[in-house]
Amino acid sequence: MSDLRSAPVPPLRPGDHVRGPQDGMLVLFYGDFACPRCAVAALRLRHAGARVVFRHFALRAKHERAVALAHAAEAVARQGAFWAFHDALYADQGRLDDPHLWERCRALGLDVDRFQVDRRDAGVVERVRGDVREALRAGATTTPALFVDGRLDPGLHGRLAGAVQG
Amino acid sequence: MILAPGTDVPDFTLRREDGSEFTREDLLGRTTLLVFYPFAFSPVCTDQLQIYDEAREDFAAQGVTLYGVSTDPSYSQIAFREKLGVDIEQLSDFEPKGTVARAFGAYFEPRGMTNRALVLVGPDGKVRWSHLADSPSDLPGVGLIFDGLAATAPG
Repeated sequence: MSDLRSAPVPPLRPGDHVRGPQDGMLVLFYGDFACPRCAVAALRLRHAGARVVFRHFALRAKHERAVALAHAAEAVARQGAFWAFHDALYADQGRLDDPHLWERCRALGLDVDRFQVDRRDAGVVERVRGDVREALRAGATTTPALFVDGRLDPGLHGRLAGAVQG
Repeated sequence: MILAPGTDVPDFTLRREDGSEFTREDLLGRTTLLVFYPFAFSPVCTDQLQIYDEAREDFAAQGVTLYGVSTDPSYSQIAFREKLGVDIEQLSDFEPKGTVARAFGAYFEPRGMTNRALVLVGPDGKVRWSHLADSPSDLPGVGLIFDGLAATAPG
């Protein structure tokens, strides 16, 4: 039987990309780097002082660069620059092609040749695929899919927007 | 009411993308998931087909063929599918509008549109599993479908 049957979202685990104050609200953020809505949500969560765990919900039909960008981010993570790259991608959604990624790597002082190899590594590909499948099993239907206390919280994005405007 | 499990699917005629007819006969001998959705190009329907497309290998592994069904004319459905870049074939319930959706209990009368509903049909032409969303804006996730497949697996 397929492993896409419903299952709870996995809690924080070793190897997760985590950022934010220890006492901040813990949010599991299943996102896509080609998704403007994700870029806004990421910014709002940061302003709200949340502790964010980034996992991939990169859908091939959603944006033609979504999966490639997820692989790129995981490759950069191997050089310790995941969050800097995350911020750089979300800060400029109009420049997501490969030359733009190499430019970002150089600006962050990363090894571009290693990046090129790592982004195609089987481990990277499998990590992204695994994140996407666990998001599907947990009931994610759009990007970003935000989970708080193990539950999908589709209203969180809107509440954060209200908080920023208010 | 959405057609309940065990019910014989009624005779119906939908239009395939090439204009030919898709009828009850086309369901026999294989497992089919009819995905009723309100409107091509609407936001939730876009998310729905993109999400379901992500699971296409898993559906194929279980021998399940998906079809999208709405009251949009085929031209709109084809443009929608091509824009999304997905392979889920579209079936039109355009004229007389919504006749098949009504027969399946998958029509949303208050707004004159297909409701968001899922009907899994077995090779014998009987409904194996079905789901009607609480509201047309409520998108059933992939996990729900695979739960339905697992719960009704033959043997």
